[in-house]
Amino acid sequence: MQRFTVPILLAILFLVLVGMSYYDLLDLYIQSVIMFVGINIILGSSLNIVNGYMGEFACGHAAFMAIGAYISSIINVMLFTQDRIFGAPLLPPEMSLYFFPFVLLIGGFGAAIAGLLVAIPSFKTRGDYLAIITIAANFIVTSTIINMDTIGGSRGFMGMKQITFAMEDVIFLPWMLIWVILSTYLTVWVIYRFVSSTYGKGIIAIHQDEVAAEIMSVNTNKMKLVAFMVSSGLAGLAGGLFAHILGYINPGSFGILKSTEALVIVYLGGMGSLSGSVLAAILFTLLLEGLRFVLPWMSSGLHWFDGIFYWADLIPDGYQVSQVWKWVIIPLILVLLMQFRPEGIMGNKELADLFPRLRRWYSFK
Amino acid sequence: MIASFIQNLFNALQWGSFYSLIALGYTLVYGVLTLINFAHGDIFMVGAYIAFFVATFFLGTALLAEGGWVVLALTIPLTMILTAFVGVTLERIAYRPLRRKGANRLYVVITALMCGLILENGNLALLGASRKSFPELVDKVVFSIGPVSMTNLKVAVVFSAVAVFILLQFIVTKTQIGMAMRAISYDKFAVPLMGIPIDTIIVFTFILGSSMAGLAGLLFALSYPILDPFMGALIGWKAFIAAVVGGIGDIRGAFLGGFLLGFVEILVVAFFPSTFRDLIAFSILLIILSVKPTGLFGVAKTTKI
Repeated sequence: MQRFTVPILLAILFLVLVGMSYYDLLDLYIQSVIMFVGINIILGSSLNIVNGYMGEFACGHAAFMAIGAYISSIINVMLFTQDRIFGAPLLPPEMSLYFFPFVLLIGGFGAAIAGLLVAIPSFKTRGDYLAIITIAANFIVTSTIINMDTIGGSRGFMGMKQITFAMEDVIFLPWMLIWVILSTYLTVWVIYRFVSSTYGKGIIAIHQDEVAAEIMSVNTNKMKLVAFMVSSGLAGLAGGLFAHILGYINPGSFGILKSTEALVIVYLGGMGSLSGSVLAAILFTLLLEGLRFVLPWMSSGLHWFDGIFYWADLIPDGYQVSQVWKWVIIPLILVLLMQFRPEGIMGNKELADLFPRLRRWYSFK
Repeated sequence: MIASFIQNLFNALQWGSFYSLIALGYTLVYGVLTLINFAHGDIFMVGAYIAFFVATFFLGTALLAEGGWVVLALTIPLTMILTAFVGVTLERIAYRPLRRKGANRLYVVITALMCGLILENGNLALLGASRKSFPELVDKVVFSIGPVSMTNLKVAVVFSAVAVFILLQFIVTKTQIGMAMRAISYDKFAVPLMGIPIDTIIVFTFILGSSMAGLAGLLFALSYPILDPFMGALIGWKAFIAAVVGGIGDIRGAFLGGFLLGFVEILVVAFFPSTFRDLIAFSILLIILSVKPTGLFGVAKTTKI
């Protein structure tokens, strides 16, 4: 029975979310927040393979996301929509529903190939030099896209909304939500199976000591190749979903800041903890969206405070706390968290290691 | 052709000087702590803003009657001191407690990244999105040698980069405090046993690095007198890449790496459309790192089992 608790719970969560959004119980904003939670889970946990389990410091994860996003959106737009650049649709738009997962996988595959750009230098280079290679890769990818004028260059690329509408025309369901949830499940499952298998434990061995791992018959170069390609491929998947949710992408949204977000999720959750990454992704996204509402309250609170000390007139009347403070508060929270819990939320442990009693209720395979 | 080439060479020297000045700060901190201080680019930005406020403050007082030179002479040291104060504050508040707790190095790096974000966005939130324009302190003098022209400011920028390099090289290789800095990077655990005050040395390193970033910010603001809160982000990342290409932890490496990046960028812009600048410059750096993974001056570390 314990074997089925997690799949059943996940299936119930899936059905509840899809059902609620089908009957308009969740408005579009909440749906998009849920989808961004899913994307951040994919991003964070895929970066955790390299940064957590393998102990490297890769900080160009958004590059692979960009490649996946661009490849899958270009294929979809080319095949299924009437477009200014690519002309008439090559296939009837109704087919887009059946092809969508394959197109996403192709995008992920393309990103995995691009992962070679980082994986091959990693054979010889480690540590901070590899970090710089990943940063350089991020800059190279974004500026390559900027220079490709046929796909919009720095103006961006759009037309993916039509794919969503085409899918909804076939069967009316919140398709993007369904794809995001399914790919999140797939990602977490794949990563869990990978890092807990005998083969995948080679990655953890590389983290602990590369030379010793080599002696103990771990093919370190191959393991690095696999780790980087899986990680960047899953990032490409996240990118494809991101592009189709927003319906518009431009190279600027895949810059270093996006990579920093992925890094934050990994280190907030704890290096080498999958459940930590999932928790951190949920927390981070909710914090980001929650502050949007908290900041106006803060301004009214400040004005109330000003009203008490009315003789001093501390704050001008029309003053509003701007949304920029969001990006001051979040790093501040992280810095404080690092001071009090320098290993992240979960350390390198999983949920079941921290709460052993949970094992009575589930076993996750 | 030759004239435009030489003109580009001078421009490259100026850009390279900015990269060098920032890269020196990265490499100093890295050499001592093996910490990538990602907030350094933003300390450069803070330096430029501090220079702006100090200069406008002095221009408002009666000192202006004495001439722009006096204002500049007062602004330079004050900017360097105040920026050093910001850098040391970061070290004291954010990095030192983590170091004491023995946290994983990468968590300190993430903290540095977050401190950079706080500085950038805090500046944006406090001062608003309007760009500040830096007052012109000293009249521009243009020297022309045939078709090649350069301003006194460019010469000053290049000379100060070289002077800073020589000063830092002297401090690190010849003085006692420099010896202590090298000792810390060699063995962090044995150094306190030898009676070397490790925290004082680290604070001194941050003072050196941040004041150089402040100087770079001031010179940058004089050369390109528009300030915005995100000016430090890209230039900081690039200077870090320059430091790594030179071999991070080595003063000569950072100096040469900064100039190398400046030359590559300016020459790419001279021959290709300017949107190709980042693409080609980073591809060249990637090739250099793939051929020589430890950078130009870096020494490969042997790992023991």
